[in-house]
Amino acid sequence: MNHKNIKMKTNIIIAGVGGQGILTISTILDMAAFNNNLYIKQSEVHGMSQRGGAVQSHVRISDKEVFSDLIPLGKADMIISVEPMELLRYLPYLKEEGWLITDAEPFVNIPNYPEMEELFNKIKTYPNHIIINATEEAKKIGTSKAANVVMLGAASNLLPIDESGLLKAITDLFNRKGERVVNINIEAFKKGKELASLVIN
Amino acid sequence: MRTLFLGNEALAQGAIDAGLSGVYAYPGTPSTEITEYIQKSKLAKELNIHSIWSVNEKTAMESALGMSYAGKRTLTVMKHVGLNVAADVFMNMSISGVNGGLVVVVADDPSMHSSQNEQDSRFYGKFAMIPILEPSNQQEMYDLTRYAFDLSEELKLPVLLRTVTRLSHSRSFVNSRDRIAQNDLNLPEDASRFALIPSYARGLYQKLLDIQPKIEAIAENSTNNTLTIGKDKSLGIIACGLGYNYLMENFEDDCPYSILKVTQYPLPRKKVKELFKTCDKILVLEEGYPLVEEMIGDYFQEDPKVIGRLTGAVNRTGELNPNIVAKSLGIKENTPKEIPTIVENRPPQLCVGCGHGDVFNALKTLIPEIGDKQVFADIGCYTLGVLPPHNIINTAIDMGASITMAKGAADAGVFPAIAIIGDSTFTHSGMTGLLDAVYEKSPITVIISDNSASAMTGAQDSAALGRLKDICLGIGVEPEHLRVIVPLSKNHDDNVTLLRDEMNYKGVSVIIAQRACVQLPKERKEIIKQLNTLS
Repeated sequence: MNHKNIKMKTNIIIAGVGGQGILTISTILDMAAFNNNLYIKQSEVHGMSQRGGAVQSHVRISDKEVFSDLIPLGKADMIISVEPMELLRYLPYLKEEGWLITDAEPFVNIPNYPEMEELFNKIKTYPNHIIINATEEAKKIGTSKAANVVMLGAASNLLPIDESGLLKAITDLFNRKGERVVNINIEAFKKGKELASLVIN
Repeated sequence: MRTLFLGNEALAQGAIDAGLSGVYAYPGTPSTEITEYIQKSKLAKELNIHSIWSVNEKTAMESALGMSYAGKRTLTVMKHVGLNVAADVFMNMSISGVNGGLVVVVADDPSMHSSQNEQDSRFYGKFAMIPILEPSNQQEMYDLTRYAFDLSEELKLPVLLRTVTRLSHSRSFVNSRDRIAQNDLNLPEDASRFALIPSYARGLYQKLLDIQPKIEAIAENSTNNTLTIGKDKSLGIIACGLGYNYLMENFEDDCPYSILKVTQYPLPRKKVKELFKTCDKILVLEEGYPLVEEMIGDYFQEDPKVIGRLTGAVNRTGELNPNIVAKSLGIKENTPKEIPTIVENRPPQLCVGCGHGDVFNALKTLIPEIGDKQVFADIGCYTLGVLPPHNIINTAIDMGASITMAKGAADAGVFPAIAIIGDSTFTHSGMTGLLDAVYEKSPITVIISDNSASAMTGAQDSAALGRLKDICLGIGVEPEHLRVIVPLSKNHDDNVTLLRDEMNYKGVSVIIAQRACVQLPKERKEIIKQLNTLS
């Protein structure tokens, strides 16, 4: 898949559970869009839901002014989720040919969490899906905290911003935490990209 | 300079660049980040801009008025229900007027993402007869905040700036401009207008009425309210605040209808009239309650020329979105995919290890003795006690209502009547109610679940820190019925015994359940520990 195929307004939903670091993904996209002189609107959830509840962020990147802070139903080019059940919560937003991209690792903090097999079967009914063991891969690299950046890497081939722009944003964002953290996240990004390219090429 | 800003941050930077001297606020979603931005701003620190949290919205707004009295530009910030707390000073300072520019920022929460109602603050602005600004994007948050200060000083009135959750919590790029200098200290020439004795207030109220045509003329001629005439005269649209974004989302550059974009109130009457004259129907897109629709629609609804939330053209409740607006315009859309039934709800919950949970567990053990309808609670993280797995609290109405509702129920004969309130909520609005109970020796048991922070809004400092015991004793709680416990599972049995003893006391008991919020950094927990041991 070549990113030139994506038209210049890209709508991305990022999903997860409060505390899983989905805003880091949004922030990297924001910074990369800034460096590329693109328009952006990115809405996020603060307050009560941040306490272990379902949270999402709408990211809209365009070469023209973006009006709505919210993505309309049926208009998301992709849903990037750091958790498989949360991925499916935002299905109504997905475009007909949109992509579902998720970490395989569940975040179980409710007693009635669905069966994993059922979840994966459901995701697989949509042809454009990428399921990655991002948490596992991130652990191998150095910290499970980098799972979100693995997921961003997995989505990167579908984004309207090229790799160098995203890597620059990752470097800028993590710089104050030191070189080690920067390198872990760059590696996490590349790993995600590599694993996804096995699926989407 | 072009910067990526959260809507709330754009507003805060706009205030700093407008020569702000102080912000006064109490945390509340979705308004919190405005004050936090100023607290963290290096520039604000250099300029000595006041930004420490106030104890509640009323004290905040009154302090802001005091700073304005001294001639300085000041901001007071709150969530929509916070304006209810500050309503007394809010309504009266439009009579007295202000001296230095005073901007009241209220963040509404349509759809109640983090609130107990979705009241629309524009009604308050109209009630007080002051100008209202309603930005629709991050750039307008910046620009209108700057403008609001100028307008406030021109009219010598407070200006209400209304935002909503989706704008406050959405990021975009904002161009900022050069900062202007802060005002010098300058006491009002006509200071007597701040003394609202009836004989003065009558004249001042008349003055407020007399200035209304001027306020309306400013809104009428403002570039904040723009009328664009379209080719298709079958419909005209009044788009207020975010309603404009959702409209443009559906049409982008080629809306065939006339659009009146409303960003400043009072409504620009002449522009509304022109829209009325030239269009067959008027659709009102407004975030919140149907304020504009009610003003211009037919009371008898026999002539539905004006359509909107009241006529059913737009959902009556909840926030707008692009799809709701598309539907109101008759735009056909594909049916979206459904959420699979295997997806379960994931409601917010207490953090692992949270002390509120241990308080709930202790109470749960006592439920067979106290019944399952006698726990009056309050606003904060512990409000989650209403949901499973806790199912322990019965009420959550407004800040401070736990103690006073328990008192009223006790007056009616309910025994025991138990109140649960957080430390920050207690100093916000619980102390006065406790004095009521002490004054009458009401048989209530008050549990102050003290995590030493305003945790729900992001663990801001609580004014109660290190002072809770002294406050309760000062109010007159009997020392032998003021108890401190540590809510930990290892103390469960002891805590249950102590709670039972105090519940059986036929007077006011206060139990401070003290353990720092688990979200706090180690250093802050250490400081809290030291302060609590000293007190």
